[in-house]
Amino acid sequence: MKYSIFSLARNAVSYHEQWPLAWRSPPPRKRYDAVVVGGGGHGLATAYYLAKEHRLTNIAVVEKGWLGGGNTGRNTTIVRSNYHLDPNAHFYEFSLKLWEGLSRELNFNVMYSARGVLNLVHSPQDLDAAMRRGNAMRLNGIDARFLSRDEIATWIPNLDCSADARFPIAGGLLQPRGGTVRHDAVAWGYARAADACGVDILQNCEVTAIRVESGAVAGIDTTQGYIATPKLGLAVAGHSGHLAAMAGLRLPIESHVLQAMVSEPIKPVLDTVVTSGAVHFYISQSDKGELVMGGDLDFYNSYAQRGNLPAIEHVVSACLALFPSFGRLKLMRTWGGIMDMTMDGSPIIARLPIKGLTMTGGWCYGGFKATPASGWLHAYTMARGEPHALNAAFTLERFAEGRMIDEKGAGPYAWAH
Amino acid sequence: MDSRLRGNDESKTSPLLLMLLIPCPWCGPRNQVEFTYGGDATKRRPSPDAPESKWFDYVYLRDNPRGPHDELWHHSAGCRRWFQVRRDTSTHDILASAKPGDPLTGGAP
Repeated sequence: MKYSIFSLARNAVSYHEQWPLAWRSPPPRKRYDAVVVGGGGHGLATAYYLAKEHRLTNIAVVEKGWLGGGNTGRNTTIVRSNYHLDPNAHFYEFSLKLWEGLSRELNFNVMYSARGVLNLVHSPQDLDAAMRRGNAMRLNGIDARFLSRDEIATWIPNLDCSADARFPIAGGLLQPRGGTVRHDAVAWGYARAADACGVDILQNCEVTAIRVESGAVAGIDTTQGYIATPKLGLAVAGHSGHLAAMAGLRLPIESHVLQAMVSEPIKPVLDTVVTSGAVHFYISQSDKGELVMGGDLDFYNSYAQRGNLPAIEHVVSACLALFPSFGRLKLMRTWGGIMDMTMDGSPIIARLPIKGLTMTGGWCYGGFKATPASGWLHAYTMARGEPHALNAAFTLERFAEGRMIDEKGAGPYAWAH
Repeated sequence: MDSRLRGNDESKTSPLLLMLLIPCPWCGPRNQVEFTYGGDATKRRPSPDAPESKWFDYVYLRDNPRGPHDELWHHSAGCRRWFQVRRDTSTHDILASAKPGDPLTGGAP
């Protein structure tokens, strides 16, 4: 059923009790032409674009829990493409362009809000780096604007722009088209659209083994039985290493926990996304009114989906240094998600050294904003057996070849990116 | 288990967010904010003339286990010495700690 003002009116008459289910829950078939592991945004997007762009009809998504129950539902919903290095800039800009048309594409309101992403700068060095990145973005055709301290103070009155602030603000780099997207809607929208193309979405179906025969993928063992497939795509960031190990592979990835938190909901106070690299902090206000905040990793390997108090204290103290008036609010919830931290801070969307096996992962902090492009390019790589120009640099082999895409220049320390 | 290591047992049952209580082999159990993480302790630096594949493995590849993980920590706001910790990455329980070069005993991966 197409969602529209007419379907809304028609269903209002029947007290909204007759809406059809948004997707089916079919039993697994014995064999699929392609199987995607992971029913989050990336996996569902991969399946959707496999069906829509590459006309595959016999596809499944297997998910160990429920749709969007992992990092798709745990991120801070920010989308942007303000990167310096060419492969990242082109990739994330492609993603942002897909975000801009996604509600129409999926016939599902993902609530893309181009409220801008503002990176604060606090020192002459910060300012030089932001100017350089802003210029690189503009050369790549991406919108970027430098704002003075006075412009920021007028726009965001509750941000402490005074000279005696704990971290005085010198200005900021704004990407006006950046903003936020309703994260759950992304999983649901892609799931519904993929299902409409005939994709089987198999929830509560955990992969327990990957079968490889003479160097090629043969199928997967799952909690719902064996499924044969010649093409297997992993979209399980946070657990990429865990799944790759089932195929006998080791990855240049460590799993780390990243926490986020929300305040109690309040009336609108902040109409953009504010970040500060210097104090490791970012904040926006959700449509429900909560202030959504995050900062650094907990800085130790973890699969636990929860962190400890020091990281939370760091985020809150950074928040209060920038927005003193938020000190009157209570924190309502905190949670953690598991990041695939790669050794250069950039993702891997590539063929793996087993025929028919591909992955999209290694997202570090940045997976949510990449969702549409990740799915689009992962589908391309799965269907064609070779990467698209936009993901040609995001190989697994780049680490051995010395072709790192290290945006921060942090070196091979997974938790430093 | 060494009685000094018991501090984290609550984390199995408590829904509260807790701190890691990290047992420094020299100073005893201390709050995690005194420490800096140093990553996988099982990696061994290859000889300078080892083949590139060995260096690639050392610099980039990680087992990244879900479960007991042997790792390095630095007591950066304390005695400033490095040591080894065996910690479960799925529960954050600390299973053992040892001085560099000493064997980690208990909770073997």
